[in-house]
Amino acid sequence: MIYDQLIGPFVEFSFMRRALIGCLALALGATPIGVFLTLRRMSLTGDAMAHAILPGAAVGYLVAGLSLGAMTLGGIVAGLTVAILAGLVARTTIAREDASLAAFYLISLAAGVLIVSMRGSNVDLLHVLFGTVLALNDDAIRLIAGIATVTVVLLTVFYRPLVMECVDPGFLRSVSRLSPVAHYGFLVLAVLNLVGGFHALGTLMAVGIMILPAAAARFWVQNVGGLIIVGSVSAFLCSATGLLLSYHINLPSGPAIILTAGLFYVVSLAIGVYSAPMARLRSTRHLEA
Amino acid sequence: MLTRRSFIISAIVLAATLIAPGLRAAELPKVVASFSILGDIVHEVGGNRIAITTLVGPDGDAHVYQPTPADARAVADARLVVVNGLGFEGWLDRLVSAAGYKGSIAVATEGLSAIKSEEDEDHDGDHAKADDDEDHEHHRHGEFDPHAWQSIANVRIYVANIVKALTSMDPVGAKTYESNAARYLAELDALDNEIRSAIATLPRDRRKVVTSHDAFGYFAHEYGIEFLAPVGMSTESEASAGDVAKLIRQIKNDHIYAVFVENISDRRLLDQIAKETDANIGGTLYSDALSSSDGPANTYLKMMRHNYRTLTGALNIM
Repeated sequence: MIYDQLIGPFVEFSFMRRALIGCLALALGATPIGVFLTLRRMSLTGDAMAHAILPGAAVGYLVAGLSLGAMTLGGIVAGLTVAILAGLVARTTIAREDASLAAFYLISLAAGVLIVSMRGSNVDLLHVLFGTVLALNDDAIRLIAGIATVTVVLLTVFYRPLVMECVDPGFLRSVSRLSPVAHYGFLVLAVLNLVGGFHALGTLMAVGIMILPAAAARFWVQNVGGLIIVGSVSAFLCSATGLLLSYHINLPSGPAIILTAGLFYVVSLAIGVYSAPMARLRSTRHLEA
Repeated sequence: MLTRRSFIISAIVLAATLIAPGLRAAELPKVVASFSILGDIVHEVGGNRIAITTLVGPDGDAHVYQPTPADARAVADARLVVVNGLGFEGWLDRLVSAAGYKGSIAVATEGLSAIKSEEDEDHDGDHAKADDDEDHEHHRHGEFDPHAWQSIANVRIYVANIVKALTSMDPVGAKTYESNAARYLAELDALDNEIRSAIATLPRDRRKVVTSHDAFGYFAHEYGIEFLAPVGMSTESEASAGDVAKLIRQIKNDHIYAVFVENISDRRLLDQIAKETDANIGGTLYSDALSSSDGPANTYLKMMRHNYRTLTGALNIM
């Protein structure tokens, strides 16, 4: 019976399997990026960048319709442009980083909506915003899996500078020339994963699969490696659960996945090992003279 | 050279150009139709006695349409607004009040017996479902299926309502509207017969079709072809895995091997369904909007003709 409910749908339907594979790739690629984003206090930056890729994808859509290559390329260009511009503006003008990023992402979002509205009917806009995890074709899966592979490899290679960058960027700058490589390379990876997630879950929710499991993992482990592992595993399990909910009780698939991740976050907040209630329940040793 | 004379002359010319529009002979009354199919029907009845503007153009989706300021201007200038009704244009009330339009709104579906929003699969009643122990009520956009124009019998009611509305706006043209309507009704009758005889050539067990959203309820009801879809009555809703799974199971069980893409929907989901069930994409159907002017369905008559030919063409080969 359990088999029927949990495994059955995936055995029976190819589109369920493909959705699951897409989510697995995202869990392996995007969630570790999300871990680093949360450690570097750049979670909202990640959100802003997700919206910034919209006009690039929209231009790609305008040029070539719902073409994977065009929208991906457009999204990457737009995401990187906004990331670099925001940093540049923050460094050279009186604007702070958060304000300049907010300005650019709002401009991008409006531009993106405008561009999509110019070409297609509004149905297409809705699908661009919300994605179609149930309709991942071979090319889309190859893209997402490719991005995940590249991410895993690069994160492994640049693990130490990245962690150092999160913890003490000044120190890293002083002892190594890898600092700018780590910083900008990380941004490139973030944009790539957002673009990948965008095809499956859409603009609004791609960043959800990046940030939510990573934020929730913080309440269960305290070391970076652990965060990555718990984050990826929980992202995958939340995706599978979301897909099963969509299957059994007819919820739309994208929101079901993200809301499951959200529920996991709330639960972690309440009863995670390092959550506030749990910390109180653990006996603490008082300082004794 | 700015002399007094040149100044006076240019002032007169400027005044003339400003006043001239007001002196122009009476223009054609402006009529606004909510979407392309309705616009075409109103144009057929009104002929060249009216100047018609359509809000949701070809290949546009009226379920999720966002009106623009140009639309508000068109509505404000209009003498008559014609809408479909039955909850099709959810955005219209706000547009009308925003434009400050105080004229009459003609509802084309008035007096029509509408089909209620319900699961399409329950239509014929003899449809055996393998393991359907849960009958899900999908969220519908309104209580009734708004796509009434898919049945030509209903379009006769549309024409009657439009004639009434145009006549009350412009009583002088009553005769013209009547004769235009009579001519159009004759064409509609001919098309209706065409469709019925074409479908009669299909074997009974081949009259099932899959498309993107539940837009063909009236067509199914009138002409006896069963339509199945993963998304419900309005394109606003997103498909759930359960809906897609149910549809795939049904396609496999009922041996439906033709799937039809709609001109207003995202075809990726349909492609995925087609791939999983080995079904063929049988062609494009026009459900909620006409095609662009260089497309195969740029008038209502051509749209219905294209649709039935695409359907019977694919189903005959199967």
